Amino acid sequence: MLANDPVIYSRALMSLTFVFHIIFATIGVGIPVLIALAEWMGICRNDSHYTLMARRWTRGYVITVAVGVVSGTALGLQINLLWPNFMRIAGQAIGLPMFMEIFAFFFEAIFLGIYMYTWDRFKPKIHFLFIIPVVIGASCSALFITLVNSFMNAPQGFEIVDGIIGNVQPLKAMFTPASPTKVSHVLVSAYLTSAFIIAGSAAYALLKGKRHIYYKKVLNMTLFAALVFAIATFLIGDLSGKYLAKYQPEKLAAGEWHFETMSHAPLIVGGILTEKHEVKYGWKIPFALSVLAHGNPNREVKGLNDFPADEIPPLWIHYTFDAMVGIGGYLTSIPLLFILAFWFRKGNPYNKLLLAAIVIGGPLAMFAIEYGWVYAEVGRQPWILRGYMKTQQGATTSEHVGLFFVVFLALYVILGISCLRVLMRMFKNNTPEDELKLLNKESALK
Amino acid sequence: MEVVGITVLWTFLYGYLIVASIDFGAGFFSYYSYRTRKEHVIQNIIKRYLSPVWEVTNVFLIFFIVGIVGFFPDTAYYYGTALLIPGSVAIILLAIRGSYYAFNTYGIKSREIYAFLYGATGLLIPASLSTVLTISEGGFIEIQNGKILFQYNKLFFSLYSWSVVLLAIVSVLYISAMFLTFYAAKANDLPAMEIVRRWALIWSAPTIICSLIVFYSINLHNPEHYQHITELSWMFACSFLFFLLAVYFVWKKKNYGLSFIFVMVQFAFAFYGYGASHLPYLLYPYLSMYEHFTNQSMAVALIIAFLTGLLLLIPSLFLLMKLFLFNIRYVQGQMHPKGE
Repeated sequence: MLANDPVIYSRALMSLTFVFHIIFATIGVGIPVLIALAEWMGICRNDSHYTLMARRWTRGYVITVAVGVVSGTALGLQINLLWPNFMRIAGQAIGLPMFMEIFAFFFEAIFLGIYMYTWDRFKPKIHFLFIIPVVIGASCSALFITLVNSFMNAPQGFEIVDGIIGNVQPLKAMFTPASPTKVSHVLVSAYLTSAFIIAGSAAYALLKGKRHIYYKKVLNMTLFAALVFAIATFLIGDLSGKYLAKYQPEKLAAGEWHFETMSHAPLIVGGILTEKHEVKYGWKIPFALSVLAHGNPNREVKGLNDFPADEIPPLWIHYTFDAMVGIGGYLTSIPLLFILAFWFRKGNPYNKLLLAAIVIGGPLAMFAIEYGWVYAEVGRQPWILRGYMKTQQGATTSEHVGLFFVVFLALYVILGISCLRVLMRMFKNNTPEDELKLLNKESALK
Repeated sequence: MEVVGITVLWTFLYGYLIVASIDFGAGFFSYYSYRTRKEHVIQNIIKRYLSPVWEVTNVFLIFFIVGIVGFFPDTAYYYGTALLIPGSVAIILLAIRGSYYAFNTYGIKSREIYAFLYGATGLLIPASLSTVLTISEGGFIEIQNGKILFQYNKLFFSLYSWSVVLLAIVSVLYISAMFLTFYAAKANDLPAMEIVRRWALIWSAPTIICSLIVFYSINLHNPEHYQHITELSWMFACSFLFFLLAVYFVWKKKNYGLSFIFVMVQFAFAFYGYGASHLPYLLYPYLSMYEHFTNQSMAVALIIAFLTGLLLLIPSLFLLMKLFLFNIRYVQGQMHPKGE
């Protein structure tokens, strides 16, 4: 075991909760958009299949929301319990977006309750209106909480004199240079991941030999949405690179194993790093890093050798960056292939290989989200507040963190497995075919 | 400004006290009804109320936590270090409770183990959360070489801390039973009402007895605070008066709605009286609300955000209550939500 160091255990426990929460948070942000889309299509086309999608997804969504709420509560408490010194400063500067996040969440919670239980109490068009606040609330809470994270990456709007924080400008602290790219990247990638997860489940059903048109409709709709979101994610990811070059060059340099400051900088894809800091087996794309960083191959990119040795993030984040971008490419090309086949009627968009590729895409997208966050978070080590506070200065001094790491690990494993089982059983026991039959019977009676 | 901040926070904590008590107590009663084979009688009432609102209940708590760190950032520093153990225990219990409630309600068919987890955590959560109130009285935290040391032994062997835990549990059961009585009466569900009414009456006397024990032990633990309490004794007298009225009406089987309002007033007087007597300290004697308030500009921003937020929240909450709590057809179960 490691020495009983509260800093290491605090980091481990925080990462653990974060990695767990982010799965549910991503679904929580993305699924309402798709529910809204499906219900809207149902109204426009007067097609009960789409309405059924909205209903089924809502039922599953509530389960994930429950786990998201509890892991989010854990995160909200743990950030205070594990990083008391940090929160003392942060509370002064970014209390505002944190506070607003709760309002957004409140708003979502109220309307999700209403939306779920009023399917038969209002006309379809009125009922549709109740999902709108859920979409807004979910996306806004992602927006506000990402603003808090942006602040940690690019703190501004305050001064520290002799360890005391002063001259706080709440709005300046809330909208930092990091926020536009971070927020938009978080939002669209969450939409993308959710669309892929649903598409994956429909593709799975088709692979299993189900024939109902319902699944094809799900697939067409979610993959079209996925393509739009994937392209947006890529464009914003590119902007994020340019943000990093300007404001956090050490994160970009560590992620790209870029040691010497130079112009015409190449981008390294893949590869492994030796102990002597030589890159082996990597694929060098000439000029690409300069293009990623500045949109211009002639521009200079700052290298790691120009930074103090104790301010450089761990170099293994390169792998997480590559994994994220690689999956991003996969998630763009699969829906593109599908839609090309669908529109130009060349080949069968529902062939088994493509369906299998779509099924894999769901979990892969979630991995990409995790990799992206690991890159973003580990990439700002050793800082907790970049340029202001090192991580070990922010941690608790309490000596029981190690024990709770184990306890929470067990808790999340159990919760995760139960959640998955409940969801699978829920959708298996109540198939769309059965539900459609029931619906038809009811409308026949009327 | 400080007063506005603390009042906002205290009000949200009060809101949590009421809605969470209903929820926690309902969980316990629900399990109890399983054991006594009466679940078919009262399960419906509990489920119909909780389903649309369980998520909202959680928000009150998070709101308080985020709010107090926003308004008084130093609370994170002191309480954060001290609360690692009770706080983590509360997180775990909340996590188990929240997720298994959802799994049970929306997912697979009811299981007794889920009902047990749900019922047991319902009593343990108030107990673990109430340690915050105990710690706020001071005497459990020491500062050595700028390092905060929390004395768990002292907390564990303190009469005061156990009396608060007891009061928390008993009042949860009392508030919840009073609410369910009102809700069952409204639903015209007489068999369920008979059961929950009896619970309400059973738990009323212990609530008052426990409050007296808490007063007594505060006097032992922190005489200065007790002094403040006696100065505000009229508030506690009012609280007792409303308690008598509430129990009287339930006893006489009339005015259930009014008597639940009286329960709320009873706890409002006691809770705000306790809060006011605690001031100016947030953590005796380290944190005072005047010396540790956030900076001016953040305070203004937070209050503006809060007011704007309320403009959104109040109509939405009103709509939620109108659709579910005050909709007689929903309460009586004449609407079967197909989406569920």
